[in-house]
Amino acid sequence: MTALDRLYQEMILEHNRKPRNFKVLEKPTHISHGVNPLCGDDYYIFLTVEDGIIKDVGFKGVGCAISKSSASMMSTMIKNKPVKDVMEMKECFISRLTRETETPECDTILGNLTIFEGVKAFPVRVKCATLIWRALEDAILHQKKPKEDRVVTTE
Amino acid sequence: MTGFEVEAIRQDFPIFSEKMNNKPLVYLDNAASTQKPRAVIDRVKQFYESEYATVNRGVYALGGAATEMVETVRKQVQEFIGARESSEIIFTRGTTESINLVAHAYGRKFLGAGDEIIISVIEHHSNIVPWQILCEEKGINLKVIPVNDKGELLLDAYEELISKRTKLVSIGHISNALGTINPLKVIIDRAHSVGAKVVVDGAQGAPHSNLNVMALDCDFYGFSGHKLFGPTGVGVLYGKKELLEKMDPFLGGGDMIKSVSMEKTEYADPPQKFEAGTPPIAQIIGMGAALKYITQIGMDAIVSYEQMLLKVALEALDEIEDINIIGTAENKASVISFLIGDIHPHDIGTVMDQEGIAIRAGHHCAQPTMRRFKVPATARASFSLYNTVEDIHALVRGIHKVKEIFQ
Repeated sequence: MTALDRLYQEMILEHNRKPRNFKVLEKPTHISHGVNPLCGDDYYIFLTVEDGIIKDVGFKGVGCAISKSSASMMSTMIKNKPVKDVMEMKECFISRLTRETETPECDTILGNLTIFEGVKAFPVRVKCATLIWRALEDAILHQKKPKEDRVVTTE
Repeated sequence: MTGFEVEAIRQDFPIFSEKMNNKPLVYLDNAASTQKPRAVIDRVKQFYESEYATVNRGVYALGGAATEMVETVRKQVQEFIGARESSEIIFTRGTTESINLVAHAYGRKFLGAGDEIIISVIEHHSNIVPWQILCEEKGINLKVIPVNDKGELLLDAYEELISKRTKLVSIGHISNALGTINPLKVIIDRAHSVGAKVVVDGAQGAPHSNLNVMALDCDFYGFSGHKLFGPTGVGVLYGKKELLEKMDPFLGGGDMIKSVSMEKTEYADPPQKFEAGTPPIAQIIGMGAALKYITQIGMDAIVSYEQMLLKVALEALDEIEDINIIGTAENKASVISFLIGDIHPHDIGTVMDQEGIAIRAGHHCAQPTMRRFKVPATARASFSLYNTVEDIHALVRGIHKVKEIFQ
């Protein structure tokens, strides 16, 4: 498999073609806006959190295949999970893509998300895969009330 | 193509013996920056190895010689752009600084509340933001010339915008995102008819046109060295002498003064008045070598070769399904912004990169242009004198590869 094949694996391309949870939530409890201004990836993420559980998730916006499939796959992985577990998943995902340290304990947590390891061979594209996760983090940490439109970025 | 030996020209550029991702380099990002010929690399190397000294102060031989070299490049630039005098040539760090210099040193002094500045919707950010800053500070109104769907300025709209309140018109010579060559002469003459001054962002114009600022009659013209085969960190601002003389200084410091006391400082005459601090000496000298290189080949030959490449590329892309070209002006430079179906330009760029093809993907520092055409970004191939028809074939193969992966 070439580096390009590892980057654009069928599962990633499929999520790009048919993104899951690609929707605006009517009454989210948490919201964030992830933008990479240099490349133009731009997504809103919406969460409905009840009793520490992510009950619903949606995302909407524009961006490349990597950013969109990353958001889509993330949305399927975090639904109905405790916020605490989701934050752990976020840590695993970001360190898997941005650090050299081995994290075998993350394999189970990440599941299908390990498919994004192919992005590591393309350093300029890592920010595409991580953008939605930073937006998720921002929504959980700072944006309990969806009022102000602060922007997070991975550039 | 008589008298234009592209294979010989490619031999002048050492980078083309390099590979990118194990593929021969197909460099199609010339609107962003150009590669350097051996003549420029060697000139800079020679300067650092055996001629280096700072300028304008040394009583020693090396310093005097370096000063002479920089002043020779000033004359070269004067000839290259057809200016009346070499004192009208200011060395800057690049086009961005050139435009900021005008905004700061001319705009702040001569424009005020209620005045108007006209730009166009297809400007590079560096010909938008400096004016926004000035407008914000001074209460000036910024007016914007729209474009048609081909990316051509709507001159009727310009006619409606221009009035006695117009004090400055700042316009790109060639759009970096679309390739549109703007009708400068018409714009400049109309601006002058209401007494407005005209700044031309020549970042794309200087490398791709046979320039004559006196014939154009523009008041200012800025461009960068690195886009015309010279080093980074150096550029030019041309300004009419009578304007430069009455402008405020830009940066304060050494080299821009006649005398300094704690009570009063007397500024140097142009161009030194606008060149505070030690200039990018090696870069200026390198740019001189680049101008010499261009002049030897001949700008007319370069432009007609690039137009041939543009025609071949447009015809080749026209045969591919789902290609959407953004910017189809009748008068167009060798820049092609395109989309392939709904595939994001960054995915196009990554696939191309793996094929050894360097194109640009993004908003090209022209977000209002992107918004005008309702796209978040485009892929962009831009050609220069060392590109070949084979490069265009590689681009076409790359596009097919992208389509294969994403469809």
